[in-house]
Amino acid sequence: MTRTMSVTALTRITWRAPALTAVLCLASLTVAAQGTDGTRVSALSTLIVWIPFILKGFLLNLIMSILAMAIATVAGVILGFMQISPSVVLRVPAKLFTQLFRNSPWLVILFAIMLLLPFQVTLPGGDKILIPDWVKATIGFALPVMANVAEILRGAVLSIPSGQWESAESLAFTRHQTLRYIILPQCIRRMLPPWMNWYALLMLMTPMAAILGVNEALGNTQAAMEAAGSHPEFLIPFYLFLMTIFFVFIYPISIYTRRLERRFAAGS
Amino acid sequence: MLDLFAPFFQRLYETTGINFTPFYDPYDWGRLLEGMWVSVQLILAVIAVSMVIGVVGAGAQTSKLRIVRFLVAAYIEIFRNTPPIVQLLFFYFGLGAITPQVDMGGWYEPVIGSFGWAVIALGIFGGSYNVEIFRAGVDAVPETTKEAADALGFSDFKIFAYITLPLAFRFSLPALTNNVISLAKTSSLAYVIAVPEITYTLSNIWSDSVNVPEMMILLFLYYIVLVAIIAWVMGWLERKLALPGYGQ
Repeated sequence: MTRTMSVTALTRITWRAPALTAVLCLASLTVAAQGTDGTRVSALSTLIVWIPFILKGFLLNLIMSILAMAIATVAGVILGFMQISPSVVLRVPAKLFTQLFRNSPWLVILFAIMLLLPFQVTLPGGDKILIPDWVKATIGFALPVMANVAEILRGAVLSIPSGQWESAESLAFTRHQTLRYIILPQCIRRMLPPWMNWYALLMLMTPMAAILGVNEALGNTQAAMEAAGSHPEFLIPFYLFLMTIFFVFIYPISIYTRRLERRFAAGS
Repeated sequence: MLDLFAPFFQRLYETTGINFTPFYDPYDWGRLLEGMWVSVQLILAVIAVSMVIGVVGAGAQTSKLRIVRFLVAAYIEIFRNTPPIVQLLFFYFGLGAITPQVDMGGWYEPVIGSFGWAVIALGIFGGSYNVEIFRAGVDAVPETTKEAADALGFSDFKIFAYITLPLAFRFSLPALTNNVISLAKTSSLAYVIAVPEITYTLSNIWSDSVNVPEMMILLFLYYIVLVAIIAWVMGWLERKLALPGYGQ
């Protein structure tokens, strides 16, 4: 009896956690502010002055993550379809492409895109368009997610019982019709939780763009600290604040993802 | 070893302009080897730290104390839902600034260098995933097995250490493989705190010799080979530890 008692469900924290973190963050700032010397007080007040600037950077993180996710979803679905195609010419390159981007670190892909992509393109008419760094970073972030979306699609299609394919065939559906009307509608439900997981991960990776000089949240935080005189005591509050804004945004997504996972697992 | 292929790559550069400096320049060759070695050390250390955290965390999650379970849950959620790069910077610059320094006879050096902080930060980050992975493995251990151990007079700790953990480890291997591979890839983030691992080294080489595409190819190859090796080792481990009666 005692044995079964000790097996408790994994302890989870609910919606209160982001609020709690924000409070803890503020509390630690206040503690830091109560330091005896005058410089400590300025750490908190400096942060408050720079918060709008950091949030403006965070907006770019949001835009990059949403755009990258859109690109990754479209490209990933196409790549996923190529992977399950009966034609070898489509399947093999798609597999190689997927593996290349799945097995390379985000930073390396980001470097490759940033350094190898031209910084401007010439349109057929002769006009030159400059590609801003953040657009290139967005493409860099989209590539690894694209490969994983492709894998999610492939996995979802494989998880559909083969009886579904066979009954569709016996009803004289073509392959295209079977995919369009029978397989895909069932896949979307299974794909949604991992898709959201990848969005959360993508959002968490966007600060890497700061390494390559994009003025997003991390870049702006570092710029703010420098502008404020780069005192070492700024480091902890500023980075803590940055972690908090990401946490407050990502955590609800994580919770909702888990809820969906549970619901779909129970439904199937 | 360099002498074997140096003439080939030297000629390749002279005739085609394809410049693989590490394969003919002894200095860059040394840097490449050093970068690969540091990267392997970093990955192994990070994996070790994250495994220990995973096991301890999974054990703590079964604690009867509510506060302990809450703290582990908070740890998991905080580290999984904040950007790893900011965590790394926070540890290195934020905490690194307040850690004690040792007098090296004239100059001061922090007790924990950038490599140490990278291991700590990435280990803690990876550990937050491992806790859940081991926890799922622990859940998969049949209740009856634990009851049998209980009936034989094993203490709670002994049941965890000798019965639950060895079984849970086997159940969690597939998920663990994924996380280990993802950690190996995340190790390239140590670039931001200037740990001289492969990404950092090769970026130094391409800034010196302006041969970005060639070094990119090397970097991609390095990680593809690395991931293949890890996947192979983990697959071997899985087969070696396979339990009769489970799976196929």
